[in-house]
Amino acid sequence: MAVRPLLSVPREVKAGVPFEVRILIQHPMETGFRRDAVGGVIARDIIHTFECSVDGEEVFAARLEPAVAANPFLAFSARLERSGTMVLRWVDDRGVEAEERVAIRVV
Amino acid sequence: MRRRSFVVMAGAAAMLPGAARAKPEEVEALVRAVTGGAPARRGRVRLEVPELVENGNAVGLTVSLGEDVPEDAVLTDIHVFADGNPRPGVAHFRFGRLAGVPKVATRVRLATSQTVTAVAVFADGSCWQDQVGVLVTWSACLD
Repeated sequence: MAVRPLLSVPREVKAGVPFEVRILIQHPMETGFRRDAVGGVIARDIIHTFECSVDGEEVFAARLEPAVAANPFLAFSARLERSGTMVLRWVDDRGVEAEERVAIRVV
Repeated sequence: MRRRSFVVMAGAAAMLPGAARAKPEEVEALVRAVTGGAPARRGRVRLEVPELVENGNAVGLTVSLGEDVPEDAVLTDIHVFADGNPRPGVAHFRFGRLAGVPKVATRVRLATSQTVTAVAVFADGSCWQDQVGVLVTWSACLD
């Protein structure tokens, strides 16, 4: 993963109060339906799996299909009672895995 | 990539005969697979997607819950389907124990004018759906 995503996660949150997580990952999300100039199918390459957890406990997960736009954007919400490390992880069709970690302090 | 080769490629892609499109029956079958056979009831989930879209390549889509949701209802999954894309599946979102507001936003491709369906699954097993008909004036380059 050469380019890091645009990620919006608060570093400090209030216990039990929902907060928004937004991420924009640079990825072509090649659908596998397109053809190149000589008529060959351009191989599908999409981020098919996205997961967000805090200290191993699931916040949100997504299975994406080619219908998700290039440079996929996801916004969802989390609620924490304890400080922890948020791990955002995703995998594409080429098997490329990427991960972002954010320490979040509950105050 | 050089600009010219990109233009040639884009042109070639656009000129191909149309790929197969999903059918409303396929979406109905997928919804039944989620609900376990019963049709999903209308309500409790709210799908927001513009009814008129100029560019189908990146259409903002938000799924949230309506005001008619009981306070103790826990959302576990949201499925999104589109009956006019080459494949009817769009995304499946799962909400874990640390989920906050039961809501998700993303951007999708819409190949043509079609109906978008969101199905919400709750912890008690009940399924609710919302549908929006979207008119797309410039389709996503899916084929």
